[in-house]
Amino acid sequence: MTNRFTSTGVTVAEKESTMNIYDLYHRMESNKVVLSFKGDVTSQLMSSILQIIEQRMDDLNEAPRLRKKVYNVLVECLQNLYHHIDEVPSETAKNGTDRSAIFMISLNPKGYSITTGNYILASRKSDFENKLERINSMDREELKRLYKEVLNSEERSDKGGGGLGMIDIARKTGNKLNYDFAPLNDEYAFFSLNINVEEQ
Amino acid sequence: MDSIFIEGTPKTPNVRFDNEKGALLLKGRSIPENSIEFYKPLVDWLEAYSNSPQPKTVCEIQLEYFNTSSSKCLLDLFKKMENMNKDGNEIVINWYYEEDDEDMLEAGEDYQSIINVPFKMIELQE
Repeated sequence: MTNRFTSTGVTVAEKESTMNIYDLYHRMESNKVVLSFKGDVTSQLMSSILQIIEQRMDDLNEAPRLRKKVYNVLVECLQNLYHHIDEVPSETAKNGTDRSAIFMISLNPKGYSITTGNYILASRKSDFENKLERINSMDREELKRLYKEVLNSEERSDKGGGGLGMIDIARKTGNKLNYDFAPLNDEYAFFSLNINVEEQ
Repeated sequence: MDSIFIEGTPKTPNVRFDNEKGALLLKGRSIPENSIEFYKPLVDWLEAYSNSPQPKTVCEIQLEYFNTSSSKCLLDLFKKMENMNKDGNEIVINWYYEEDDEDMLEAGEDYQSIINVPFKMIELQE
């Protein structure tokens, strides 16, 4: 296929890709994105993200309470991605290349907004959704009770987690978990989660 | 038996389990991806220690952050301490939290309500 050129000598495709990246930049800028990442979530990457965000909150002189809440929620969100990615084979990514997740943290008027997205097996969707709905239906005291019940139960994964992450996020933020499952095919869905961490 | 001394890292706490002094300390951050791998040797050590503990054991938990997978491992440690307490050994858990860190205080209170060992909540001034 022959390349089409613009008046400045770059190909139309090249021109479009630079336009797209500016468009992406602009959208991230107007959404006050502090940090965004798409790709394989590794242990090292999580360390870097935590370090960057901690430094950023320090620079912005955020109140210690907010800082701690954001850090805690960030750790749980990233480790959820880290542990769940293992379970979904790479060929589910539409471009077929990697085991990707997406992560974004941005400023909102009263604090921070954390958004994640990852593939999950469609067969796990309904259990997971029930669990999230149950958490969202609970008030502070009920969440505390559920947390202690799950903490004290024998149930746990081989890495030590035991389904406490989402309950802990709901408790620490006092906000509902905003989530969505985008159906892709019979086997997989794309799960997205948005958490607001605000000064209380 | 030997004591355990482990330096802290950005994801794991400083550990000092001193057999001779009966002093146990966890200090710093506990946010490893694989908490069981980190805590298993500590739980095993405590199990061995509980066979012939010092007359008084003081456990100091001075964590800045811990993730939910560490929280189950902390409970495992506290359950060993609960057994020591039940066997008539004196043991106390000092739970430290930074001024205004209500989440950390509440986390300590959660354990206090589950584990039958005297807990002391200690506020650290900034």
